[in-house]
Amino acid sequence: MDVLSYLVFFLVVAGIYAVATLGLNLQWGFTGIMNVGVVGFFGVGAYTAAYVTGPNYPDAFGGFGLHPLVGYLAAMVVSGAVAFVVGLPTIRLKHDFLAIGTFGIAICIQLVAMNWKSATRGFDGLHSLPKPFAAAAGSPFAANLAYLVMVVAIILLVTLALERMVRSPWGRMLRAVREDETASAALGKDAFRVRLQTFVMGSGLMGLSGALYANFTGFVSPQDLLPIFTFQVFVMLVVGGSGNNWGAILGAVVIWGLWTATETVLSALLPPGLQQQVAAVRIVMVGLILVAMLLLRPQGLLPERRNVSPEARLKP
Amino acid sequence: MMQVIADGLVAASFITLGVVGLSMIYNILNFPTFAQGDHIAVGAYFALGVVALAGTAGSVAGLSFGWPLILGLFCAAVLTAVVALALDRAIFAQLRRRDASRISLIMASFGVALMLRYMIVMAAGHDPHYYAFAITPALNLGGVRIQPNELISIAVTVAMVVGLHLFLTRTWLGRSMRAVSENPTLARVNGIDVGRVVRWTWIIGAGMAAVAGVLLGVVVQIHPFMGFELLLPMFAALIVGGMTNIYGAVLGAVLIGLAEALTIRYLAPEYRQAVSFIAVFVVLMVRPQGILGEKP
Repeated sequence: MDVLSYLVFFLVVAGIYAVATLGLNLQWGFTGIMNVGVVGFFGVGAYTAAYVTGPNYPDAFGGFGLHPLVGYLAAMVVSGAVAFVVGLPTIRLKHDFLAIGTFGIAICIQLVAMNWKSATRGFDGLHSLPKPFAAAAGSPFAANLAYLVMVVAIILLVTLALERMVRSPWGRMLRAVREDETASAALGKDAFRVRLQTFVMGSGLMGLSGALYANFTGFVSPQDLLPIFTFQVFVMLVVGGSGNNWGAILGAVVIWGLWTATETVLSALLPPGLQQQVAAVRIVMVGLILVAMLLLRPQGLLPERRNVSPEARLKP
Repeated sequence: MMQVIADGLVAASFITLGVVGLSMIYNILNFPTFAQGDHIAVGAYFALGVVALAGTAGSVAGLSFGWPLILGLFCAAVLTAVVALALDRAIFAQLRRRDASRISLIMASFGVALMLRYMIVMAAGHDPHYYAFAITPALNLGGVRIQPNELISIAVTVAMVVGLHLFLTRTWLGRSMRAVSENPTLARVNGIDVGRVVRWTWIIGAGMAAVAGVLLGVVVQIHPFMGFELLLPMFAALIVGGMTNIYGAVLGAVLIGLAEALTIRYLAPEYRQAVSFIAVFVVLMVRPQGILGEKP
């Protein structure tokens, strides 16, 4: 029973990562734009959900006490809006500017979460957020299981929608822009527009991931907004296979599995009192996996599939 | 006001020493490396190692440090350059050889940055360190209070930037570097060894970052995230001054340093990093090529 309840917990968290990884896949995998601030959009989503669904704190604003589903929608909209503001001046320019711009916004979002205490309660964080199913399910295990079912359903819904989108003419345009912007512009495609669209949508998914996290743990704080999160999502996408939605999901489960397993193993092997070192070893190890994948199997575990217009396909 | 300018120039000195390398790597290797911040921290910790071996940071001429730290500074520059060269050979050169996309290079540099940062944590933990605990009295220069250590940082930075300028304009290798950054194909056709230029780019970039780290450690403190915290100001300096112009990067560093000092003095010290970000946005809206950059 312990193992089973841990497995459910593990899969919920992996699923939350998978949603963010799907968002990055839409941006980097399909459209070739770089987001180095995944955690910033995740954080905006998490805090938005906390304000929309949370209780009324005496020392911070917010606390509308709405249903978590409203929180999920609001998180997507607000994260997307932040992405729009960041993307508008940077996405037209070379890739580097968007990379630096997203890196900067993620740092600023963490600074605001830490320091604007009258809104965010600083490191005390926003707590007591409602957990869906907690009351109805009876036991924490049943609640987590129900949450897992919901997360899986959301992932399926998102993935099927993304699959439809990337196989549509619009989706082929994304790859055209990724592969050769000049050629696609010559064919009359508005590269700026599709890049901005995917950037906003992908960031919206990262916001959804943050909201799912907030209402699962019931607590958000600046501790959840570290650059490590961005790095983990990178590794998940590279390992799973950028440009493949199922790969993104697989990568999230595999890397989150390795991440949690190494903590267990290292904590057992190393003497107590070395928690800092355990966390550090784990990050270095995952960094090595990232670099090794980029070098040895850049297409990832599940490579991108060719996508040809049905009209262009040769009839046998 | 003079005090704010002095504080700003001190902050600018660390940013300058870091951003010069960032600019060179950007122009010669064609990607913004997210590992440059951590080269700074690696340098500071190498010097800390030397000081720990010597048992003391020493003391000369009433400063809080002496020969052991000056030796540590040279060791830090050399060892950090070796680390950067090794990482280039093991990772970035391999990616270049495979014609990897710019995004893969950026991503790999982000991974390298985290690995360097957490190798430091593995070796030395999260707690801050100091080269020395000696307290030196601040000098009073016409109403501006400044620590001798801070004056030295500014002096070392000015000397290194002037030295780099002379190197880039007066030596064969320096001119080759400028040629490669302008047009690598044409440079290669003219018999310039691009591999050598790439190696010296890392050596100079990482070496100067290490000097920045040691100076930052002397003036403030040494901790694993010290370089990472300078990364956003460095990128901001790069964009504000102009990505393609190394002198623009220096100008950008001075402006960002002053903006940080103004924020700390008159607004909110905890938002000093946000200033960099706002500067980036304003410049991208008004003049995306940066102050000294050329129109693409």
